[in-house]
Amino acid sequence: MDTQFDSPRFRSLYAARRRRNAVTMGLAYAATAFGLSWLVLILAVLLWQGFGGLSLSVFTEMTPPPGGTGGLLNPIAGSLMMTALAVLIGTPLGILAGTYMAEYGRYERLTMVVRFINDILLSAPSIVIGLFIYEIMVARMGHFSGWAGAVSLAVIVVPVVVRTTEDMLKLVPDTLREAAASIGLPRSLMITRVAYRAARAGMITGVLLSIARISGETAPLLFTALNNQFWSLDLDAPVSSLPVVIFQFALSPYKDWQRLAWTGALIITMSVLALSIIARFLAAQRRSS
Amino acid sequence: MSVPSVTVPSVAHAAVSRDGLSEKVSVRNLDFYYGDHRALKSINVSLYYGKVTAFIGPSGCGKSTLLRILNRMYDLYPNQRATGEVRLDGDDILSPGQDLNLLRAKVGMVFQKPTPFPMTIFENVAFGIRLYERLPKSELEDRVRHALQRAALWDEVKDKLDANGLSLSGGQQQRLCIARTVAVRPEVILFDEPCSALDPISTAKIEELIDELKDDYTIAIVTHNMQQAARVSDFTAFMYLGELVEVDTTSRMFTSPADRRTQDYITGRFG
Repeated sequence: MDTQFDSPRFRSLYAARRRRNAVTMGLAYAATAFGLSWLVLILAVLLWQGFGGLSLSVFTEMTPPPGGTGGLLNPIAGSLMMTALAVLIGTPLGILAGTYMAEYGRYERLTMVVRFINDILLSAPSIVIGLFIYEIMVARMGHFSGWAGAVSLAVIVVPVVVRTTEDMLKLVPDTLREAAASIGLPRSLMITRVAYRAARAGMITGVLLSIARISGETAPLLFTALNNQFWSLDLDAPVSSLPVVIFQFALSPYKDWQRLAWTGALIITMSVLALSIIARFLAAQRRSS
Repeated sequence: MSVPSVTVPSVAHAAVSRDGLSEKVSVRNLDFYYGDHRALKSINVSLYYGKVTAFIGPSGCGKSTLLRILNRMYDLYPNQRATGEVRLDGDDILSPGQDLNLLRAKVGMVFQKPTPFPMTIFENVAFGIRLYERLPKSELEDRVRHALQRAALWDEVKDKLDANGLSLSGGQQQRLCIARTVAVRPEVILFDEPCSALDPISTAKIEELIDELKDDYTIAIVTHNMQQAARVSDFTAFMYLGELVEVDTTSRMFTSPADRRTQDYITGRFG
């Protein structure tokens, strides 16, 4: 017995649909391959150019003068210092603001205003943030400093953490909040002991992503921390950082500086890659729990 | 065409009368609004100590809304307000001066979906106890064990108290939530469709539990399942379109309801 699926009309319709599916799939694959190939190319060139320069001295010696030998110890230390400080400043601010938006002020007008402004800040060009901090800190203090660098990076951290904190807390089901309230938990404990716990992995992911974001930022540091070719942990003075050193060395005509720039770029990329993988891992854990 | 079922659920309990019962919660002329929408209209009902009162009615009739007023859960959300009088042991709980955390410690709630906290089984139960009492470790452990025993969960979890509460099955999670509620030593327990997400065996366990708990508490249960209302409750209230149509002893409600609408609902003609 012939069913509707055997009719010629259905067969031609079905064949056309399959063709359209194949074409769309092909285009999607091509677009993915196009995007991925650039990423692979960048990583390959980075590895090719940077890997040869990786040695112990990169992590133990200061940036050299042109023609001399040296490493990247001072920019690595400077980057770590300013990144850590930026996260220390930005994370509490971001978490507190995100908590207000998701918990206390969820239905308030203020929250909508803050969310809108936060979204603008999230996509603000980092060079504008650098100029802003230059105006309010560097110009007034009269000199470049690690503090100014850390603050400008913190300004980038805050909106990322605000956004992820709010989003992750909003994913915590209201039923869990009601359950907490139903045994007489005051709101503060409901948030810190129950909601934070349920949203923990996502919130940590947000902080890690913000670290990944700032560890490659160059523009805000050029206007604030500038650079320092000597060993210095003084935050009140100019501080060296990997992105700025890469910028400086890569533009220089000296072969050995250029090679160090490649190595520095490889170090940043690998650190960011590691952070992203950890963030992914945590996000996957959140989903499975 | 489906033929409406006319089987009337059989009632498990002996007939009770209101004589000699002590009124724990009294609701008088209660109205409730979601924004401008009046969801409850002049509700009058009493909950008695040591008895189970079931609230039945079609979806959206206001059963859960009423339950959520008794512990002022609605206060978590904006644009919701209640007017009228709800008294717990004589104190008006709708008054602005009411301490909500204390009220909710006295009036516990078990929800439709199991909602264990993202922590260990032990912590789930101990959490609420620690909130109000500072106990030495051994005493706290006793309290947790006692609460888990009351919730008929102890034997299943006693060897894995450190496991995450979310690792339990749905029925176990719901009993964990009951243990968590009981641990705080409330006086009233509200059950908001506690079995609607559970399989029949877990449902039977929860119903058994409610029957055991009622001697020490005042219990209100919202249910979609009329058989369940008939099995577990002493009093039944039928709600329809925001009104409380009728409240009476469960045996009378299921055999000779006074209102035509109650009869139609119970015999499955609508809802």
